[in-house]
This record gives sequence, structure tokens and C-alpha cells, in this order.
Amino acid sequence: MPTGEQIRQPAGVIHDIGYQRYNGVRLGRAHATRSLYVHGVRTVFGLGRGAKSKVFPWFAAAGLLLFAVVDVAVRSQTGTMPIHYLDLAKDGVLLVLLFIATAAPELVSRDLRNKTLPLYFSRPLERIDYAVAKLCALATGVFAILAAPMLVIFIGGAFSLDGGHAVWHEFTDFLGGLVLAAIIAIVDAAVALLIASLLRRSAVATAVIAGYFLLTAAIGGAIEGIVGGDTGKNVGRMFSPPSIVDGLKEWIFRIQGTDLGSFGPVYLAITLAMTGVAIALLFLRYRKVSV
Amino acid sequence: MIEAQALTMRYGGRVTALDTLTVTVEPGVIGLVGANGAGKSTLIKLMLGLLTPTSGAVRVFGLDPLRDGESIRARVGYMPESDALPPDLPAAEFVTHMGRMSGLPAAVARERASETLRHVGLYEERYRQIGGYSTGMKQRVKLAQALVHDPDLLLLDEPTNGLDPAGRDGMLTLISRIGTEFGIAVVVCSHLLGEVERICDTLVAIEAGRLLRADRIDAMTTVQGVLAVEVDEGTDVLAARLTELGLRVARDAQAERLLLVPLESDRTYDTIMQAVADLDLPLHRLDERRHHVSELFAQRSGSVEEVAEHAHR
Repeated sequence: MPTGEQIRQPAGVIHDIGYQRYNGVRLGRAHATRSLYVHGVRTVFGLGRGAKSKVFPWFAAAGLLLFAVVDVAVRSQTGTMPIHYLDLAKDGVLLVLLFIATAAPELVSRDLRNKTLPLYFSRPLERIDYAVAKLCALATGVFAILAAPMLVIFIGGAFSLDGGHAVWHEFTDFLGGLVLAAIIAIVDAAVALLIASLLRRSAVATAVIAGYFLLTAAIGGAIEGIVGGDTGKNVGRMFSPPSIVDGLKEWIFRIQGTDLGSFGPVYLAITLAMTGVAIALLFLRYRKVSV
Repeated sequence: MIEAQALTMRYGGRVTALDTLTVTVEPGVIGLVGANGAGKSTLIKLMLGLLTPTSGAVRVFGLDPLRDGESIRARVGYMPESDALPPDLPAAEFVTHMGRMSGLPAAVARERASETLRHVGLYEERYRQIGGYSTGMKQRVKLAQALVHDPDLLLLDEPTNGLDPAGRDGMLTLISRIGTEFGIAVVVCSHLLGEVERICDTLVAIEAGRLLRADRIDAMTTVQGVLAVEVDEGTDVLAARLTELGLRVARDAQAERLLLVPLESDRTYDTIMQAVADLDLPLHRLDERRHHVSELFAQRSGSVEEVAEHAHR
């Protein structure tokens, strides 16, 4: 109920009501971490920021979506799928790399360069929460740019299939694709974020991440060439994060026409070790960073 | 509110930033003064739990920052000395984000960010990117992000750094309002004593990591029993006349035109007024003189000269 005093005040006049103390609810550490995660996902896609921040993430996302659209179109005409769910990340590896190499520095290098970390660490969230939120944000971004085109492929495919059984089969393939996308997201995000967390300058961080992924791929390629055969191929794939996951994929999903030999568990071990070490070092980095 | 017990902080085992500092501070507007490198920033970071003390302990709101850091940090706002802002975000967006980081629900954070930016005088510009702001505006955004969650204690590290005289005055007035009108306890770090003594009710002076003095400012600026007389012209004539009248007149060491007369009785006032009137001199001021805080520090320890010197500039 407005009081008589309030009614008499003319409309449209701003009154300085003075400072208001806040007596409402204060949510703690978990809320702060969740908010930082949401802020991070927005940052990854350049939302709430200038047009310049949107160029790389949306170019990569659009490129992968284009793969999906072409895939659906070809499939509706010929009935065959040029790009399977499980091949999307491999065929679009450069787009994923572009995305991750530009997004990781946006998430963490900027906070180092702008010296924003003291503002975070003087708040309820702990240092490890910061690292977890940023890691999850980057992984979510990678997962999203892979999952979206898979969804397009699935929806497009479901319309051209007859029978519930065929659609169910398609659905399990789609789910397999999502699982792979999640694995790629976590592995790539951990490695890229660790690199970016050590570098203040975004451009340098982008270059080092891209350099790391491409150089390890090149080394792997050279080893494959020198050793030769299936052994050469498998050993060669053990350096670059995307190709390690590719080997793991062939083992988990029992892909036809590949000769993994006994390398399957090795891929799993390397994936786990690489990701675990990267995440551990990332946490250590933020525990040690001085503010 | 803040208690430090033999607080010692060494960096890398060599540089001693704080040396067995023991001090207790009650709420109010507290000036933490000392030369650059005296250990002010270190003390603040220890209070936030950003650093672990080498030995000794500090308690804020009766809590240990190392064990109950989350509870302390939820009730404290911190404005660091260095730049700490992302240039490509609008102030409203950034302060909202920082409000959420302090535990405010999403919608409340947005509302309070607008309110806080209005209080620091950035309402009109709040949707502009911070990168385009002047130094003074950036300092205000830094203050706003420390204030957005309505803390019980504000820790401000050199808030007037890089500001022009008008900007300094504005910032100091704002801090003073936060302490008095908003009812939030404030610790203001500064290497400029003259600046903080204007707005503080308590002063803590540290030097080379040791406590120099901590007291309420009114206890430091006690009445001295000396009258200061200043006339716009004819200082010498007046001095001669007052001496004739039997008063012990001295010249102030720093201000030539200022005559210092011991306040011997109530009649001293009248005598001086009468002399000025008889000589028909333009009286500029006649008041009882108080110690300048900086002089007090200088008297206690010659080593604070640097601080005092800054204060006079």
C-alpha cells in the first residue's frame, strides 16, 4: 500500500533513497562456482561482449554445422552417410582446434592479464572452484559445437528412415557420438586450459595451444611414416590429443576395418593419464598463483 | 573487528613484509598508513586469506582467514591497488558478475550492481565498456565491485592512486560517506597520511612491517593550548604590539605569517582581538591550534619522516 506521502510525489522524479543495506539471502561457494561456470560458457561463445569475441567460436560452430547439413543432404539423396557421428570430430579437427585455441585464452589468460584473479580469490569461492568452473565451461563449449551438428544429423536422418527399429539404431549411434564428444571435450579442454593458464597474452596462448596440437600430430605422423604398418600408425597416434582420443574411439566403439592390435587399453591409459595430469597441474597452477 | 597477533610475513624467507605486528582495530573508518613497502597490502591479503602468514595470526570478525576464509570473504569487499578490470565488459555486466561471485542471487546481483554504480557516480555510463573509462571511473568501478554485495568491511588498497586532485577529493568523500552514511567499516590503505587523516576516525601507522602507532584520531590531535593568529598584512607590527602587551609570541616554523601565542587565560583571546582592532589589521584567522597527526608521528619517531613528508605535499 502506498502511503499518502508517496502518492503526492510527482511521477518521473528520481528520489535518492540513499544506500540500502542488503539483508536477503547470501548463497555461498557453490552458487559462485556455478555463476562463474555460466559466465565462462558465455565467454566461450563471446556472449555479452563485442562482435570481435564472437568471430572464432561462431565460425568454428558454423563450420561444423555445415558438415552436418551437407551430411544430411547427401544422405537424403544417396542413402549413405559421408560423415558418421563418430567421424565428425576427426573430420572437423581443425575447427575444433580453432575453437579451443581461441576460447581457452579468453577464459583464463584474460583474467591473468587483466589481474582479475585477486577479485575472484577475495570472494567466497576457493581457488580450485575457479579452475573447475573454467574447465567445465570450456568442455561445455567444445561439447556443444560437436553435439549440435550431431543433433542435426540425427534429426535429418530420423526423417529419412522408416521403421522404429531403424530410428532406434540411429539414436544409439547418436548417443555414441555424444559420448565421444564428451570425452573429446574433457581431454582437449584440460590440455588447452592448462597451457592458457600459464600465459598472460591471449595471442601467445592461442599460438602455443595450436602449436602443441599440430606439432604433436606432425611428430606422430613422422613416427607413423618411419615405423610403418599398423604398429606405426598406432604408436604415431599417441602424441596428439585428438588422435589419442581417435584411437580410444576405435577401441571403445569396436570400429570395423581398424587394426588396433593390443593398443586399445594403451589408448585408454594414455587418455586418462594425460587428462589427469593436465587437470592436476591446472589445479596446482591456481593453488600456487600469487595474487 | 580485526586482530593481529605477532603477525609475521616473509616472502621467500628473505623479504620481511610484516614483523610481529600486533594490533586490534574496531569498526569505523580506519586509515592504514605507511610508506610504500611498509606491509599494508600484505596485511590486507593476510586478512583475506590470500596469503598464509609465516607466523602469528590474524582474525577478522573473530574468524581465522585460513580456516573460515569463505565466511570472511563473503562479508568483506576488497579493492586491490592494481588495475583489475576487464576492458571489454560494460561496468554493469562486470559488477553484476562480481556480485554473483560474492553469493548474491542472479537477479539481486543485477539490481544491486545498478544501485552500487549509481552510488559511486557511474549510473549514466554503466553500459559502456570499461576499457573506455578514465582512471577515475575505473577506480570507481573497482570500488563498486567491492561494495556490490553490501559487505560489513571494505578493504581499500590505495584507492586514490593515479587520480588527479579533484578525483582524490571525490574518492575520499565517497569513502567517508560509505563509512558514515552506509554504515560499513572501511580500511583505507594509503602512503599519504594527509589524505586519510581527513576521513578516518582511527589511524594505524606501520613502518617496515612494524606497528608505529594505532589510535583514534581524536586522541592523536589533542588541544595544544596555543593560539594561532594570522593577519593578511602587518604581521610584524602585530607581533611587536603583542610582545609589548606581555604575550610570548612565536613564529610558526612552516608558515611565516602565522603567529603562535600560548593560551594563558581566557583574556588572551580578548587581548589579541583588541590589538588587531587597534592596529586596524585584516584578521585572517584566530583559533586554537591542534597537532597535525603527521607531526605527532614525526615526534614519536624520526623514521616516519617519509610519511610526514608525503602528507605535506
